[in-house]
Amino acid sequence: MLLTALCLTFIVFFLTNLYPNLEKLAKNQGNFRMSDEQVATFLENRGYLQPLPIKYGQWLGVLPGYSIVGTDGKLREKCRAGEDITEPQTAFCGVLQGDWGQSTVFKDTVSSIIGTRLGLTGNLMLWVFLLMVPSALLVGILAGMREGSGLDRSLSTFSITTTATPEYVSGVILIAVFSSSAVGLKWFKGTATSAMEGANFENFFLPVLTIALYGMGYIARMTRASMAEVMTAQYIRTARLKGVSFKNIVVKHALRNALIAPFTVIMLQFPWLLNGVVIVETLFNYKGFGWVLVQAAGNNDIELLLGVSVVSVVVVLVTQLISDIGYVYLNPRIKVS
Amino acid sequence: MEPLSWTGALGTILDPILYILGPAFAALLVLRALVAGVMAAPTMRTNPDGTLTAVSGGLPVMIPRLSNWAGLAFGLLVVAYLLAGAIMGAHGAGIIGGISQQLVPVWLSLIALFVASITFKRRLGLYGKLFDSTIGMVGFALVMFWVFVGIYAGFDMLITHDPLSQVSGMKNKGPGIPMRGATAEEFQWYLLGGDNLARDVFSRVLSGATIVIAIAPLATLFAFMVGITLGLPAGYYGGKLDTFLSFLANLILAFPVILLFYLLVTPEIVQTGLPQFMAVVLFFFPLIFFAVLIHSRYRTQPGKNTLWLAVVLVPLFLLYMSAINGEGTKVNIWPLDFFDIPPGILVVFVSVVFVNSPTVFRIVRGLAMDIKTRDYVAAAQTRGERPWYIMLWEILPNARGPLIVDFCLRIGYTTILLGTLGFFGLGLPPESPDWGSTINDGRKLLSIYLHPALPPAFALLTLVLGLNLLADGLREESLRD
Repeated sequence: MLLTALCLTFIVFFLTNLYPNLEKLAKNQGNFRMSDEQVATFLENRGYLQPLPIKYGQWLGVLPGYSIVGTDGKLREKCRAGEDITEPQTAFCGVLQGDWGQSTVFKDTVSSIIGTRLGLTGNLMLWVFLLMVPSALLVGILAGMREGSGLDRSLSTFSITTTATPEYVSGVILIAVFSSSAVGLKWFKGTATSAMEGANFENFFLPVLTIALYGMGYIARMTRASMAEVMTAQYIRTARLKGVSFKNIVVKHALRNALIAPFTVIMLQFPWLLNGVVIVETLFNYKGFGWVLVQAAGNNDIELLLGVSVVSVVVVLVTQLISDIGYVYLNPRIKVS
Repeated sequence: MEPLSWTGALGTILDPILYILGPAFAALLVLRALVAGVMAAPTMRTNPDGTLTAVSGGLPVMIPRLSNWAGLAFGLLVVAYLLAGAIMGAHGAGIIGGISQQLVPVWLSLIALFVASITFKRRLGLYGKLFDSTIGMVGFALVMFWVFVGIYAGFDMLITHDPLSQVSGMKNKGPGIPMRGATAEEFQWYLLGGDNLARDVFSRVLSGATIVIAIAPLATLFAFMVGITLGLPAGYYGGKLDTFLSFLANLILAFPVILLFYLLVTPEIVQTGLPQFMAVVLFFFPLIFFAVLIHSRYRTQPGKNTLWLAVVLVPLFLLYMSAINGEGTKVNIWPLDFFDIPPGILVVFVSVVFVNSPTVFRIVRGLAMDIKTRDYVAAAQTRGERPWYIMLWEILPNARGPLIVDFCLRIGYTTILLGTLGFFGLGLPPESPDWGSTINDGRKLLSIYLHPALPPAFALLTLVLGLNLLADGLREESLRD
């Protein structure tokens, strides 16, 4: 897991530090009409042109930060960026020391940006899960308890349709129906910008619904498949023959066993939801984590992008771990040896 | 000239029927689902001839029957709209008529395809069995509709205007507005209105289908080649090779897709030639695949072996070199360059293949691990067959069922990914008519003008839905054996 995280950040580091990207960064930072030599000295003075492994080591905090006397005679150090300094000093300042660096777009520390944005996105995700998981399970269980019935067929069609609708399609359709000022119902707001301060039903429901719909279909189909399988099991037939009512069979006998498979699916849904978050936050102009990802990637903001990828990779790997552990707890047949 | 209404003169007859039948059908469907969920299934009695008759009638029997009739009537009404529209055209039958008449070649092809397939369905294997399941047929119809639209629009047949040309005075005009300054030969209306740069939405949606139909299946095929070539040995041999390849696959899978796209598809990265080098690697896999496929089969018959290898590999190699080689780019080593892929398309193609192949790898690896324990694999091993023969000629054909189903689903997923790329304005040029870009263009004015964003959204929705239904139908039919 640690190795995966290291490899991933190194790949991001490599891609963002390719020279054309650095050139763009320099022109964004300095001015757009710099000549090639000016770009080179600009980058040289700010330590961007050191060899890649050394830069990576500095970012990670296993090598001391650079300390370069620039061609303009000014001393610049990674650990005291932006300060007016004269004495060189050896210091470590990387991720391991808790210093995530500076964002070049937002002019702020990466940790504070990610902290606030992650909070906003966490709020969004919380509501998405509160809406998505219960309704997906309900749909799946209702469809799976009588396989092949009319109810099953209509609910299955519904879940196939939602999995076939990516967020940018369902979002557009939902905005058109519910919030367009031309012909729509005008029940909700088409943007969620105001939801960042105070989220309420009117400005927050559409983005939540948009993400939830896409994820819901998949979970519902998994739940349906596992419920349908459980309903054909021997012990369900035994219960039926004993004369247990259908309601009791579903609720008391089938439900727990049918929920094992969907649990892992729900956990593995996280990385996909991250995608949805990026699209929905762009579509509804909700300035959370996904929006930061787009901004950082669009402007080649190296340290912010690295922070974003570390966070998202950690989220993915942790959910995989939780799904494995949870699977063992839910399924009594598997023992941890 | 008058702006077109949606249904024109046809509407005076058919619209009232629609207003009654539509809500009635919807209400019956909801009722049907409720009845099936709440009330017990009807008691059945077996007749002497083996058929079933419901004994306790009432609502559980009546409602499905009624809703079936309503559904049939609704379907007939839709066909009536399209048929009458195709005959009367935009003058008589409004926008729907205009669209239907424009799409006449597609309707004819679809009818021909279905009639031929249903007639010969017993002789067509799995493809023929698809026509036994309603869901599969609906999915196949939706997919083939867009395939035909994509092909014909690629030859400039269905579209009414040039998808890139802007006509002054048509900016953000609603559906059915007559085109300003149209000459006699030109089509007289913007059937679905104009977008914010005064281009024809209808033609753009149809041209967008061409892009999707050209890229998505091919990219999925490449992803399958990569996934199969790496997944089979990983699953068959296991051990260190498996650990290493699985680690790589998980590495790519742990990346958020959009971050990967942003890192690979920006113009600065394209300058460095990185996507081209990736194309060099990824496009090589089909060559490896076919070379090993043929060699493992005809290893003992050198004459046939050389012939087949030459017949397949030489054209593939020429295609490969032409595809990766580009005048004035980083990879420019080969003199025989037949065609150049536009750099935008190449980058999009490569990144979509790159994102899809780890998942295919995992599926193939899992299947190989499962199938290698079977008796026929053991038999082949005892016969002394080489590992690659066993992998490609014993394991792969027996894994085809799940792979075909996944192929359909994955084309849908690739379509969604292409849309995502367009939505973020990555890769393809900004004026390109692909659905993702058009949705992105349209969404900015969505609260005032709906017509530029909704048609591409529905187009993408129906295509992906069709692919999902098709996969479902195929899965059902292949499980039935």
